[in-house]
Amino acid sequence: MTQTAREIQFREALREAMSEEMRRDDRVFLMGEEVAQYNGAYKVSQGMLDEFGPKRIIDSPISENGFAGLAVGAAMYGLRPIIEFMSWSFSLVAADQILNNVPKMLYMSGGQWGCPVVFRGNDGAGGQLGSTHSWCVEGLYSNVPGVKIAIPSNPYDAKGLLKTAIRDDDPVFFLESERMLGDKGHVPAEEYTVPFGEAALRRQGDACTLVSFGRPVNFCLEAADELRKTGIEVDVLDMRTIRPLDIESIIRSVRKTGRVVVVDQCWPFASVASEVITQVCERGFDYLDHQPLRVNTEDVPTPYAKNLEYAYLPNKEKIVAAVRRTLA
Amino acid sequence: MPVRTAFAAQIEHLQILDEHGKLDERLAQGTLTDEQVVFAYERMIDYRKLDEIAFTLQRSGRMYTYPQNKGQEAAALGSGLAMRKGVDFLVPCYRENAALFLHGLPPECIFLHWMGDERGNAIPSGVNVTPIAIPIGTQMLHAVGLAWAYKLRKEDRCVITYFGDGATSEGDFHEAMNFATTFNVPCVFFCQNNQWAISVPREQQTASETVAQKAIAYGARGIQVDGNDLFAVYKATTEARDRARAGGGITLIEAITYRLGDHTTADDARRYRDTAEVESWAAKDPMIRTRKYLESKGLWDEQKQAAAEEHGKAFAQDIVRKSEGIAKPEVREMFDHLYAEIPDELRRQRDTLRTHSLGLYPEQSGLAVSGRRGS
Ligand SMILES: Cc1ncc(C[n+]2csc(CCOP(=O)(O)OP(=O)(O)O)c2C)c(N)n1
Ligand SMILES: [Mg+2]
Repeated sequence: MTQTAREIQFREALREAMSEEMRRDDRVFLMGEEVAQYNGAYKVSQGMLDEFGPKRIIDSPISENGFAGLAVGAAMYGLRPIIEFMSWSFSLVAADQILNNVPKMLYMSGGQWGCPVVFRGNDGAGGQLGSTHSWCVEGLYSNVPGVKIAIPSNPYDAKGLLKTAIRDDDPVFFLESERMLGDKGHVPAEEYTVPFGEAALRRQGDACTLVSFGRPVNFCLEAADELRKTGIEVDVLDMRTIRPLDIESIIRSVRKTGRVVVVDQCWPFASVASEVITQVCERGFDYLDHQPLRVNTEDVPTPYAKNLEYAYLPNKEKIVAAVRRTLA
Repeated sequence: MPVRTAFAAQIEHLQILDEHGKLDERLAQGTLTDEQVVFAYERMIDYRKLDEIAFTLQRSGRMYTYPQNKGQEAAALGSGLAMRKGVDFLVPCYRENAALFLHGLPPECIFLHWMGDERGNAIPSGVNVTPIAIPIGTQMLHAVGLAWAYKLRKEDRCVITYFGDGATSEGDFHEAMNFATTFNVPCVFFCQNNQWAISVPREQQTASETVAQKAIAYGARGIQVDGNDLFAVYKATTEARDRARAGGGITLIEAITYRLGDHTTADDARRYRDTAEVESWAAKDPMIRTRKYLESKGLWDEQKQAAAEEHGKAFAQDIVRKSEGIAKPEVREMFDHLYAEIPDELRRQRDTLRTHSLGLYPEQSGLAVSGRRGS
């Protein structure tokens, strides 16, 4: 079969994943603030109310802890909830449910009651939304055992990973970015899924390994293109899921390059970047020709002002500089 | 055993100035003076102009996003007038600008905030207002804590907290009400029920017939007022304030009003609201009835209207000038105010811009040289 050159937006890819899974499995429903009548605060669920009706596309009162907890119960009784947080920042209101209940339900019930809920929504800064509205939760939440965390960087993965997430028997935190919802990319019309725990090699080179996940993968690609102009070719690994983490692919690459820079849109302290670097040191120390570097945000709340927010976040220039440093 | 009534309650609805500008003289007694009403009406004109100019600024890219207050001015002004400036404390969400301005918050702070600059939330000292609360509902608990501090320190002061109808669905609302009543603190809960929470209508938010009745479960008093009626709002808030100050208990005021504009400039409410509904509420606009009332009392005329509108325009333009005249923050400022005292490591980062990712190598970001970047 010839591959269709179909290009769709990130938000459309998410919508297709949910709609296809809802057609396939009538246990799946979508609940959240503004998801139905409004077609989603960011238009991800556009048209889904029309297709699936108000029993499966449900506008919630402004009660994050409420609908997160309700999803736990519904999942325990066999349903497959998709819970949309308008922003992952507001999932903090639901911390007791999503961190203290969701990941432990199966464990505490001796394997009886799983919690196959997909929690999804916008994660990360860059939209000038101020510090309380710009959370990158992956650093904080990936510390908790019992959840899976998917974080796509492009429409193709968004669709494939979300389908996998919905079918998964474990709870999945699915992190999107408001800044990427309009990004277009190739998404085949044919059915496919993207498995968890398999990084994608986006660029190939032997000078250095760039490891990232989510939106900053795109900054890494820009940096790789920039570096190529001066003859520096790097591996860019898009992790796609943080839990499970495909450390094997990272080690394989580092073995080739001897250098690693981890790019992470979270704070540096106890971040996913810290974890990746620790594991690289534990398992690939002998391959390293330079100490591992990380490009995180500054260690302060996300600034609101545009120029400060820009300076705070990882970007192409910072990544290029870090790679050059490993080569110096 | 006979069945008896364990508890019964009812909720009153207070209206003093109806939508045609007709005043109930008896109920209005001891409320607002003529002077105060004229003052409030003039502020409505000023702040409506400010709202309009914010909207146009946003459309031309000079404002990041902005939640219009249009239609809710009487609720903010009536309640703001009832609280004592410099004594009582206001704990807002984001749709009661007029109350904050009355209590001394410079309007350019609000503009600066919505232009995307945290310095807009740096409230000048002496102004008893807390920063705008973005996570819905969180501020109500802060209000109760503030009021509790007043009580423990035996100060005769009172707190008012503002929130929307949608915010009553958050656990924070319920926990705040419960604490306020069990601790019996001097706090007034002021709900601006503007019928909508973005696209979710009030009926979908709660199955209660009124928001006010939620008070009863917590042992508070609930009252519903016509939120577009300056007099009713003022009277209910004054009573609630005095009752709270005297240790007489908590009042939840439900001000029935309407968000005449979009949720924010990022929204287009026409997609989910009936034109007929919007028009019926437009006729209840607080400005229309307040003006009618003033005219009927001979306190207002065309000439005064024209002058007030001129004043409003100049006022709004002045605020734009002031807020746009503030220089952009320096990159180094992102390290300020994180801790009471800046730790050595952050100080070093701030002073040298040699941080983890920013300027560890000055060529990294193009920022380190001047410490600034245009946007
Ligand atoms: C905890 C949290 N959840 C969701 C949001 C997104 N949000 C912003 S405003 C809003 C609606 C609030 O409605 P209401 O309380 O009635 O206030 P109104 O805007 O009508 O004045 C929502 C859901 C948020 N800011 N915080
Ligand atoms: Mg509302």
